[in-house]
Amino acid sequence: MEVLKIATAGSVDDGKSTLIGRLLYDTKSLTSDKLEAIEKKSKQRGYDYLDFSLATDGLVAEREQGITIDVAHIYFSTQTKSYIIADTPGHVEYTRNMVTGASTSQAAIILIDARKGVIEQTNRHFFINNLLRVKDIIVAVNKMDLVDFSEEKYNTIKASFEALMAKRDYQEQRITFIPVSALKGDNVVNKSENMPWFKGQTLLEHLEVLKSDDIYNTGTPRFPVQYVVRPKTEEFHDFRGYAGKVYGGDLSVGDTVVALPSQTKSKIKEIFSYNELYETASRRSSVTITLEDDINVSRGDMLVKENDLPKIEKQFTATISWMDSQKLTNGSKYILQHGVNKVLAKVDQVNHKINPDYSGVDITTDTLGMNDIASVTFKLNKPIFFDAFKDHRTNGSFILIDTQSNNTVGAGFIQ
Amino acid sequence: MKGDTSTINPLENEAIYIIREVAAQFEKPVLLFSGGKDSITLVRLAQKAFYPAKIPFPLMHIDTGHNFPETIEFRDRLVKELGLELIVRNVQDSIDQGKVKEESGKYASRNSLQTTTLLDAIEEFKFDACIGGARRDEEKARAKERIFSVRDDFGQWDEKNQRPELFDMLNGQIELGQNVRVFPISNWTELDVWSYIEKENIEIPSIYFAHTRATFLRDGLIWSSDDVVYREDDEVVEDRVVRFRTVGDMSCTAAVLSEAADIATVVDEIRNSTISERGARIDDKRSEAAMEKRKQQGYF
Repeated sequence: MEVLKIATAGSVDDGKSTLIGRLLYDTKSLTSDKLEAIEKKSKQRGYDYLDFSLATDGLVAEREQGITIDVAHIYFSTQTKSYIIADTPGHVEYTRNMVTGASTSQAAIILIDARKGVIEQTNRHFFINNLLRVKDIIVAVNKMDLVDFSEEKYNTIKASFEALMAKRDYQEQRITFIPVSALKGDNVVNKSENMPWFKGQTLLEHLEVLKSDDIYNTGTPRFPVQYVVRPKTEEFHDFRGYAGKVYGGDLSVGDTVVALPSQTKSKIKEIFSYNELYETASRRSSVTITLEDDINVSRGDMLVKENDLPKIEKQFTATISWMDSQKLTNGSKYILQHGVNKVLAKVDQVNHKINPDYSGVDITTDTLGMNDIASVTFKLNKPIFFDAFKDHRTNGSFILIDTQSNNTVGAGFIQ
Repeated sequence: MKGDTSTINPLENEAIYIIREVAAQFEKPVLLFSGGKDSITLVRLAQKAFYPAKIPFPLMHIDTGHNFPETIEFRDRLVKELGLELIVRNVQDSIDQGKVKEESGKYASRNSLQTTTLLDAIEEFKFDACIGGARRDEEKARAKERIFSVRDDFGQWDEKNQRPELFDMLNGQIELGQNVRVFPISNWTELDVWSYIEKENIEIPSIYFAHTRATFLRDGLIWSSDDVVYREDDEVVEDRVVRFRTVGDMSCTAAVLSEAADIATVVDEIRNSTISERGARIDDKRSEAAMEKRKQQGYF
């Protein structure tokens, strides 16, 4: 079974919730009691159409204001795939939610209101999904019904989005444009009869044919040790297994591995998934590995292939997405969580922050506020084993934890 | 020896990763066990996560006293077979101690009373992480719940101040007195759970399968006729062939008419079903915002 996680980004009133509701409705994923509730609510509010956005807007506060304020998860499946949509708000204050949603997604839908075209927020949505290296992007030009399904209008919007693309850092990102009407159902699941000029796939058709290689970046295998399994039973008296998830590439029995930070070498003896032995641990699977030699490995250590070492350093520069109302300043100290490893980190220097108009002109500053994205240099109390984010999405990212509140206050992408 | 692990369900990989993070990051975790299919699935995932070692934390059941007898019998057998530690705390004790008041009337249920018993038990054992089987697809308020969800000293959920969860990284840093609710199968749907139970050949309580039961109708739903379920005189008891899609209290869990007597037909039924799972739970129907309110107060 394939699972595809999708992030959505759009401004308030771009019809994001409606689009998701439409996907659910046209794939027959809405159950009769949910559909009834939507019909009832739509009628109560005096609408002459079904308000599909009611299918996703969860919390009381949101229903009152009529906007989505946090990341909500929506599930549906087809014969081919299980889909998980992270519905992230497009409102200007909520960059942090968008970064969060994009971090766990392999594809993203960016919505544009056909009447408004590319606006400042579209810039932000694209920038963030590009920064986070989401591999597949769908630009859905929505509300085509309100511009008479005009091809000319669609082409103008497409051209102005393409102008943004020229500036992007991650050029390999795959971008597909689709004109849709979420409200009327054009090109979401079913082909539009109103736009015969559009020859491309519908939104769902596009998602259905995405293959694993289209959405996952391949890299080198990294195995951060989560937990040491020591049964201490008669049958498994000397068993010492390293439990964790494999990232980036595969590891096989017989591979020579290096344990970090000790740099001790050994060979993979066994790979367990529950009580079954496997030849190879594929990327993204949770396994337990035993080694030929009795070496000292504990949580936070990492097993890697011998010719493929990550960087092992106490200082680096990263792009930071700041998520807290308390500011980050030069000299601030945080707990830095890199995978399952935790170290102490000090802000050595805030280098510059990204201009919120995404003009490419950086702003010099030494403090960061909520939703700022900036380049920051850190010093650590001990080395971590990392790759650049562009080479390894998992091993190149980290979170910052406030030492007082324990909250996750920022996310980092190592340069 | 098998080939590679690429065919393993990605949701299983994710859940095992989360359960291992709990064992590694917390001092005193517990798995909240209700005897329902979701918590039974959690037990299997925990077994997988630590094999060949035993599950390194106990199970805890908050017993309302209104459970289906089949569930309790199943619970005790499972715990014995797997050699697990089980803690049981009773809602009846909280009632006897005057901490909560039994509801009365037509829709009386002990469902919301569980919260007090749960919070007391967390304090009694100083649990810092409680693993639960809640899924985001069950209900709209749950769709926004984090995988690691921090609760304050009063067990309260502050939905506006949740920690962002990026990539696979789970932040389990808490202060003394706080605890974390952990939801390893957050991203599973009802169908995912059923398919997994079928594929893994996991045993579940008999009430999930079609059986003949003394029942009565109210509000278009089918209720068990039992001492703990309130029934009006004009609500007629009849034998019906039914099964349950969720296993909660008898007083708030309705049955569905079904002939599905084995796991394969149940999976088929779910796949073709048009009523969502919680449609048969009266506790959510009380108001549209019911779940959100109960969660803020510390309900699981």
